[in-house]
Amino acid sequence: MKEMLIILFSAILVDNFVLSKFMGICPFLGVSKKMNSALGMSGAVIFVMLMASAMTYPIYKYLLLPNNLQYLNTMAFILIIALFVQLVEIILKKYVKSLYNALGVYLPLITTNCAVLGVTLLNIENEYTFLNSLVNALGAGLGFMLALVLFAGVRERVDNADVPEALKGVPITLIAASIVSVTFMGFAGLVEGIFK
Amino acid sequence: MLIKEILTPALIFIGLGIFAGLLLSICSKVFAVEVNEKVEKIKEVLPGANCGACGFSGCEDYANKLCENSDVKTNLCIPGGNDVSMKISEILGTTFEESEPIVSEVYCNGTNKVTGKFFDYQGFESCSACNLYYSGDGNCSYGCLGLGDCIKVCEYGAISIVDAIATIDHNKCVGCGLCKDVCPKGIIGLHKKAQKVIVKCSNCDMGKFTRSACSVGCIGCKKCEKTCNYDAIHVENNKAHIDYDKCTNCGECAKACPVNCIIS
Repeated sequence: MKEMLIILFSAILVDNFVLSKFMGICPFLGVSKKMNSALGMSGAVIFVMLMASAMTYPIYKYLLLPNNLQYLNTMAFILIIALFVQLVEIILKKYVKSLYNALGVYLPLITTNCAVLGVTLLNIENEYTFLNSLVNALGAGLGFMLALVLFAGVRERVDNADVPEALKGVPITLIAASIVSVTFMGFAGLVEGIFK
Repeated sequence: MLIKEILTPALIFIGLGIFAGLLLSICSKVFAVEVNEKVEKIKEVLPGANCGACGFSGCEDYANKLCENSDVKTNLCIPGGNDVSMKISEILGTTFEESEPIVSEVYCNGTNKVTGKFFDYQGFESCSACNLYYSGDGNCSYGCLGLGDCIKVCEYGAISIVDAIATIDHNKCVGCGLCKDVCPKGIIGLHKKAQKVIVKCSNCDMGKFTRSACSVGCIGCKKCEKTCNYDAIHVENNKAHIDYDKCTNCGECAKACPVNCIIS
């Protein structure tokens, strides 16, 4: 239980996938213009991360490992992730058309989102059990959501600020992203302090 | 040995691929989205401005709703007007109803001659930014800030700032309502172009406070209510409201108004 909590909180705060490990920057900058699409995107990413972790674990353990095919794990995992992204796309198109339109190209791009592939590969690298893998995926997804929602809030404020001409648009966004990232460095050592 | 090393991964990946392919094709059948041919046709006819004046979230949504529900009227597209309405009716095979032109109006008359500022705002040129500080810099906290957020969204160049408040040119306005949504004060509204008598004030304060902020603000004196022969104007929440279904554009209330906040 304690181990799970440590994994969960380090994935959300200390080792935040976007702001500390710098994975999944593309949707972080692309879909953070509006709070609603940021929440929708994070929902989709959490779902894909959880399902991909749940699927890749048995595939690695019972299919690749016994046959000495560990070197193929990246390829197999990408296949599984692509499968779930397609599923999410089909379901969103049917039931949440507005969100499907708002996410646009960023939805299929979850396939190549390195945060998702990163979670599945790190699960294997850290030799997590099945449950711990799921907890890690959930933490990574929630961390992604936290980063995206926080940053969407920051960007909504930046839109109403008097930004110097040369910094308008992407430059100020990247500067804001780096400052948000610096704040997350403040969480270093937090998990050790609470749980150990 | 070599064959085994090459064949096993190949077989595993073929198996995974077939599994993924089957799952996806089943799901795409189960969650299939039906595309109506009429929707595509209507989408081509609509202006594609996605302004939302029809009351739906964009042209695509309006086209969908038109096909799904026969109660949805074909004359709701305001920028498109009668032409578009007629074309949609043709596609759907329903009877055509003429649409009435709608224009937007700023319900504020507080020019810099009649009201003032209570602090000097030097920030970003945007009403929504200015509104963050003490509800804006104007003496009247309900009035137009005059920094032109509405001008920026207007695609028809119909809005200009005259004497420090937004003024709408009714010859250019098509009534899309984009300005209505962007105004942080919520003082822009839509009404029928034929409607000439309008209360040009949005101040809901008591008369005494309105008076001290602006000399043309509605003070809720109810003179208009007593003058009206058609029971069309009433003071609610310290401000006169016109019932446009009853109003006959006679303009008696405008003549009676002691502060001249009703125009005709």
